[in-house]
Amino acid sequence: MTDNQKLIDPDYDYDRAELRKKLGAVDELPGSAKPNPILTVDSITRRFGGIAAVDVDHLEVQKGSITALIGPNGAGKTTFFNLLTGFDIPDKPQGGAAKPRWEFQGRSLVSTSAYKVARTGMVRTFQLTKALSAMTVMDNMLLGSQQQTGELLSRSAIWPIWRGKEKVIRAQAEELLDRFKLLEKKDDYAGSLSGGQRKLLEMARALMSNPAMIMLDEPMAGVNPALTQSLLGHIQNLRDTGTTVLFVEHDMHMVRFISDWVVVMAEGKLVAEGRPGNVMQNQAVIDAYLGSHHDQDLGDDAVLNEDFDTAIAEEDVELAKAEEAVEAYAESVREKEGDGD
Amino acid sequence: MDIGFYFTNLFTDFGSTILSVITASYVIAAIGLNIHFGFTGLLNIGQAGFMLIGAYGFAITVRFTQNFWLGVVVALVGAVLFALALGLPTLKLRGDYLAIVTIAAAEIVRLIGDNQLLAPFTGGTFGIPGSAFSKPFAALSPLPQIGLFQIGPYNYPFTEGDSWWLRIVAWSLVAVCIAISFLLVRSPWGRVLRGIREDEDAVRSLGKNVTVYKTQSLVIGGLFGAVAGIVNVLATSVSADAMGRTLTFELYTCLLLGGAATVFGPLLGTFLYWLVLVFLRDSIGFWVPSSVLSQQQIPQVTWIVVGIGLMLLVIFRPQGILGNKKELAFGD
Repeated sequence: MTDNQKLIDPDYDYDRAELRKKLGAVDELPGSAKPNPILTVDSITRRFGGIAAVDVDHLEVQKGSITALIGPNGAGKTTFFNLLTGFDIPDKPQGGAAKPRWEFQGRSLVSTSAYKVARTGMVRTFQLTKALSAMTVMDNMLLGSQQQTGELLSRSAIWPIWRGKEKVIRAQAEELLDRFKLLEKKDDYAGSLSGGQRKLLEMARALMSNPAMIMLDEPMAGVNPALTQSLLGHIQNLRDTGTTVLFVEHDMHMVRFISDWVVVMAEGKLVAEGRPGNVMQNQAVIDAYLGSHHDQDLGDDAVLNEDFDTAIAEEDVELAKAEEAVEAYAESVREKEGDGD
Repeated sequence: MDIGFYFTNLFTDFGSTILSVITASYVIAAIGLNIHFGFTGLLNIGQAGFMLIGAYGFAITVRFTQNFWLGVVVALVGAVLFALALGLPTLKLRGDYLAIVTIAAAEIVRLIGDNQLLAPFTGGTFGIPGSAFSKPFAALSPLPQIGLFQIGPYNYPFTEGDSWWLRIVAWSLVAVCIAISFLLVRSPWGRVLRGIREDEDAVRSLGKNVTVYKTQSLVIGGLFGAVAGIVNVLATSVSADAMGRTLTFELYTCLLLGGAATVFGPLLGTFLYWLVLVFLRDSIGFWVPSSVLSQQQIPQVTWIVVGIGLMLLVIFRPQGILGNKKELAFGD
């Protein structure tokens, strides 16, 4: 056993049925407390201009679970990820509001830079895959390790110091690449891989440091359907071998299929939490996700006429007003010019 | 017009260019630039500034103390401080800022060097003549102090000025610098640099302190620049205007010609660059009658041709001669 391998954590629910039983006892309310949270977030906000991209009061992520973070486009899921992983900084609390606080494995990550967050064992991937395309697949993997002291400038030029470690890391990388079916590509440039393979590579690279938690930002985006199944398998396998998973996803089938717990965001806030089967039935989720008219047939003239005719009429009035204003302004300018002459 | 004379002359010039200390100083500076631009993706447009810092630090110190090693230490420390001053405010920002700051800083150094108020130290626009600081270096020479030595058509002093001694030291330094850069960029440290060149955020997400790595890269490449500056002025004299923007762009041409992000690219590129320059100069001088192009116009035409060559190079073979098309330092 090398230091790269994960130790058995007595606190971790390797048995999934056990985990689901525990989560079954949790209230299905936004911000509900979990029996054994690995990540706790409090009062985190981020505004862009006047819009609150993220405004989360409280969230706990159960250790050992696959938690899905879902929500419509623009719900703030990626911004939330960026905040947690140090790629973005939350706003300072206004007035008497509580300070943002978030803890990972009991350790505060407030104002921690991104690289330090990664070193605590919370590693992320990106929505737009960041494979280092002008480097080989193997080099990508080797970069993922945090064990290589040859990365220090002072030791880099003296290769006997780091050569031994390099072998160990390389073996670990080959094992992971084999698991992700990328081993025969190890000497290819990452830029030559397909979109799905890049996703796999990014995930495998993140696993090189044996993180306690992996945060996947849309792992299925742009992945060909044939690869989807194997990716799902990998994610479940991760959980079973001791890595908590938090992921952002649009694909509802996937969410239902693999997650133990679902958190729903809309307009920056948590609107619902629960087991995947139940949360999809939640009215707040359906409204946030599909719009409150999702069950009405827009082909039905009754719905269409009512909504659209009023809207068009209102727009016409506004337009007429705007045109009048423009005309009046043009008139005043013309008058002024006349005075000038 | 004897064609035999043309070829003899051309190949003699090729030889002296390859032996030249100035060529060696270009190679060393280009190796530094390669660490910045080729491996880390830092767009440093002020490598000449690093050379000038090294040149002034060395020449002024030696001029007043006559201590060669103290001069070298001052030059290197100066380059480190210069790199930190440029890097600390800009390396956390996007790459473009570094480009703007480096080109401006290099110009500031040059203009300060030109300033007449500082003439007692820097010599102002006249610079510092080589004789003011080259003696302690000559004193280190194991070769005879006085006299000339001839190999074939090349006749240089043993030790004084632009000498054999300086040539031996300069090209040994080139070998050492190539070895150092080889060891550095093939190491895990170099791997992190290449990762940063590809995508900073990805490397950050893997737990590497990107800002520290970029600062280290800037400092190390700058140190190569300072060494190049010392070598360069030992052969000539310190003159701020000789190390301006043009020099930086020449270095980029050398680097891109040989191949950025390769270990031997700077060496090969610098050789080729100078050989092409000499070839154009000699050929235009020989074949184009002086009624069409006067002697003074030839260098200018040469520059134009080199500029066009650089454009063609970047368009048609951006990876240079040794580079791998898949590992481009720019573009995608």
